[in-house]
Order: sequence, then structure tokens, then C-alpha cells
Amino acid sequence: MAEQSVRNFSINFGPQHPAAHGVLRLVLELDGEVVERVDPHIGLLHRGTEKLIEAKTYIQALPYFDRLDYVAPMNQEHAYCLAVEKLLGIEVPKRAQLIRVLYSEIGRLLSHLLNVTTQAMDVGALTPPLWGFEEREKLMIFYEHASGSRMHAAYFRPGGVRLDLAPKLLDDIWNFCDPFLKVLDDLDELVMGNRIFKQRNVDIGVIPLDECWAWGFSGVMVRGSGAAWDLRKAQPYECYEELEFDIPVGKNGDNYDRQLIRMEEMRQSVRIMKQCLERLRSPGGQGPVQTDDGKIAPPRRGEMKRSMEALIHHFKLYTEGFHVPEGDVYAAVEAPKGEFGVYLVSDGTNKPYRCKIRAPGFAHLQAMDHMNRGHMLADVSAILGSLDIVFGEVDR
Amino acid sequence: MDQTLTELGETIAGALPGAVTGFTVALGELTIHAEAADIVKVLTTLRDDPRFLFVNFTDLAGVDYPKRPKRFDVVWHLLSPKFNRRIRIKVQTDEATPVPSTIGVFPASNWFEREAYDLYGILFSGHPDLRRILTDYGFEGHPLRKDFPLTGFVEVRYDDEQKRVIYEPVRLTQEFRQFDFLSPWEGTDYVLPGDEKAQ
Repeated sequence: MAEQSVRNFSINFGPQHPAAHGVLRLVLELDGEVVERVDPHIGLLHRGTEKLIEAKTYIQALPYFDRLDYVAPMNQEHAYCLAVEKLLGIEVPKRAQLIRVLYSEIGRLLSHLLNVTTQAMDVGALTPPLWGFEEREKLMIFYEHASGSRMHAAYFRPGGVRLDLAPKLLDDIWNFCDPFLKVLDDLDELVMGNRIFKQRNVDIGVIPLDECWAWGFSGVMVRGSGAAWDLRKAQPYECYEELEFDIPVGKNGDNYDRQLIRMEEMRQSVRIMKQCLERLRSPGGQGPVQTDDGKIAPPRRGEMKRSMEALIHHFKLYTEGFHVPEGDVYAAVEAPKGEFGVYLVSDGTNKPYRCKIRAPGFAHLQAMDHMNRGHMLADVSAILGSLDIVFGEVDR
Repeated sequence: MDQTLTELGETIAGALPGAVTGFTVALGELTIHAEAADIVKVLTTLRDDPRFLFVNFTDLAGVDYPKRPKRFDVVWHLLSPKFNRRIRIKVQTDEATPVPSTIGVFPASNWFEREAYDLYGILFSGHPDLRRILTDYGFEGHPLRKDFPLTGFVEVRYDDEQKRVIYEPVRLTQEFRQFDFLSPWEGTDYVLPGDEKAQ
């Protein structure tokens, strides 16, 4: 047989590809159909968030966090608020904590619904995303009722949340919970039990736990590999330590386990939401939703009509903003995609000196090369989907 | 809380004499100050020593202080899942002196070091692939430095005659407005008009 010249094949995956989950360009080096090397080119959605934040006051910087992981906006605001509050040394009232936890869990549902169902789409199904988006639509309406905006809420503020929730909204969210569990059961049958979904995901993208830690993974990625590690339990913030919920953990560290964990986390999120709603409606959960420190929390509109001091404070807070004592602090939350952290350096003025955003997706995406080597070309999109990447936060 | 962190800081400083120059505990967080040249040794010890076990790489960030002789801080955040602790390691460097790359300790350092190089121009020696990561192909300058203007230097638009995207110097139709909101009674470093007469 004549000797044939064999050469590796390079292809471009993206930046306009439906399975790239945004604007990712992957340069793949293939040997036949086997992936030899993956070089992700990111930054196509880079907007200079960190630079912009340095030029804004602490309140003006907050809405940029909605635009990072735009699938679960309020979870990002949460990390920023925790960092600012830690520097200021202020306490958040109970009711505001409950509202924050409630909306963080709604954000988790938003993110996981999108990820699980689009993962099914990446491996060939069409129905699951339609089912998922129907539920996301309902959740976004809850966002809108609370903040006036379906996505870019700017609802969590340093010191609390912007406005109280209406009693009718609490009833609406309560009425959403139980039917949603039924939808999850349906999705379980449709997606998780599906033969093709299993064929494409079981034993694909396996990563052992020690590599997870070294590669900077967090969230579902380490839980899929067997670590019972969740910041809500390990380093509780807000009122998570008073709430009852379980942490699902995977055994195999493959794509399928990660998706199973996401499904179970949604059930646990509903459990947390119901506990929050019960407390918000009980007498113990009443009270203010912002800190009573008038130098940080702006006055209510009604007060401004009658009180000169309130008017002055409103003006000062929305022009100069508040000053934050000098120091640096790292605050992290368990965002749906993993540990979302904010490293905030303050120089004592009204603007952050440096605000480093630690996005979980950035660390996860950089392991693409490590996880894909030796897999088939078709597995690339399956592994990418299971990493749960959103380019708003990777590119910043 | 602060007590245990102080003890931990003392243990770390004792385990790495010379490499660790000091530590501070503030706001419930431990910061280790280290020599840039010894950073690989520091991180390896923090990862492997059974008393520390900071096996999870969390973050690497650059910070710019243009007035200092060594203008950059490079800041690592590590997490020990076993002991449920976080730690911050700070080293100082300038524009010309490279920091040893820590890819050998944590493979996750790769992109974070590329990011610090891209945004600040901090150099890492021994990094296999120190390319830009977040900015555009062919970008010039290091945008997160304090002396880099917020508006940048170039803007892009699609040119219909050349049928491609072209780069042009930034032209602002309105001057970028940076208001000075600081109260004149606190925080300003200039002399208020009239104050010079008081001398």
C-alpha cells in the first residue's frame, strides 16, 4: 500500500455558532475526528467593565454586574454588594436578606433552566429549550415586578434592596413553585432519561477532583466530581445558614452528572424559595429592606417631599455617592455557574480604586483544552455546554 | 476568627523565612506579603504543606499604583477546601521586572497571567504562551493602567468603500466629562481658591 501523507486539520469553531453559547472562537486542531488541541479565543465581548467601574461611584458601578452573567443577573450584584458592605461594615436587615436569597435562587433557576435545556439542544434535541424558556419567562416577570426590569435589574443595593416586594408578588411566586416542580419532573423524563442525551453525555468530559481544584473550578464543576463544596453551606452569607437545603454531589465527574446536579439544584432552590416566602409573610420577616444608615441608603421618595435633610441626602448620594473606607476585600457568592467573586480595593474615596471580577466561567473555559484532548469533535460542543459558559462574564 | 488568622499568618511566615516579608489581618481576611522572586516557592508550600492545603486557585489580579517605584501589585487568592479558609498573597513588581509564572503550581494561572499581562503589562517569566487574551487582535497599550484614558485611543467603524472594519483615532463629539464630586472639606489634594491667602 502506498504511503499516504497525513496532516492535522485545523478548524475554526465560531465565533458565530449556535453551540458556542455566545461569541467564542475555538481553534481546533484535529487528527481525523479526534481533538488534538483546543485554543479558545475569547474577548470578543470584552467591554472593559473593570475599567468603567473605576470611573464610576459605588452605586453607579452596580448595574455593570447585571451585564456580566446576563442569565442570572442578581447573583452578580449580590457579590458586589457583599464586598461593599464588608468594607463599610454595615448589616443588612432581615427582610432584605430574605429577599436577596429569594431572588438569588430565582437567578439559579434562570441559569440552570437555560443550561440544562440548551445542553439538550447542543446534542440534538429541540423541544427542551422551548419548555425551559416558558418557565424562564415566568421568572423574568418576577424580576420585572420587583425591579421594573426583566434582566438588568439593579435591584440589590449596598445596604439592602431597592424596594420592598408587594404581597401579591409573594403569592405569585408561591403559586409558581409547586407547578414548577411538576415541570422539572417532565423535563427529567424528557431530557435526563433520553437515550441520545445519555449516549452523548455519560462518560464524556470526565475530570477528577484534584484536577478540578488545580484548574480553579468551583460550583457545579467540583460538585460533579464528588466534592460536597457549596459556599452557601461552607461559608454562609445572608441567611443561608438558617435555611434547609441539600447539596447534590456527583460521582463520575462527567457531563451527565453535572446536568443531574443542576436538575436537583433547581428542586433545592424551590425548597429555599418556599422557606423564604414563608418567612417573608410571617410577622418575623417584616421590617425595613434597607439599612437605616442614611449616609448609605437613599431616602424614600415620600420623605423627600417633606424633609429637607432627606432631599439633601438624596442629592449627595446620587452625585457624590458614599465614601468607602480604605482597604481591600474579597467577597464571593455561590452563583449558578460557580464561585463568583469580587476583589474590591478602596482608596477611601467615592469610587472603587480597583474592582477585579472573578468569573467562574473564565476558569472553566480555560480548561477546555485539558478536558477535550482525545475526545471526538462532536464532544466539543457537549463539553462546552456542560461547563455552563456565558460570555458576558468570561469577557467582562 | 482574627486570632486564628493571625496564628496562621505566623505559621506561614515561619515556614517560609525570607520569602514571606509579612502579613496583615484585616476585615477577617489574611494577606501575605511575599517577594516576587520567591512566589513559586510560596505557592507550592501553601498548596502542599499539610498545615495549609490551599489547593484551589481562585483568582489572580493586578493592581496599579503609578506613584510607587514598583507600581504593580499582583494579588493571588487561594482557597483551602479542607480547612475552609481563604488567603491572599501580594507581591510587588514594576513594568520591566517579570514575576515567575506559577503555571507549574496551578495550571489555572495560565489565562489569569495572560489577563494581567494584557490589561496591565505585567510580565511573567516562564509562561509558555504570554499572548493578549481579552483585548482585540493587534491592540496596543495596557488598558487597565491608571494612565490609560477611559475612552481609549482608537475606535472602529465599518468603511463602506474599503469593505472592511477600519481603526481611527477616537473623536469625541462631546468632551468626556469627569466631574469632581469630592467635597472640598475632605478628600481633595488641591488648594481651594482663596486658601493660599491664609498662609
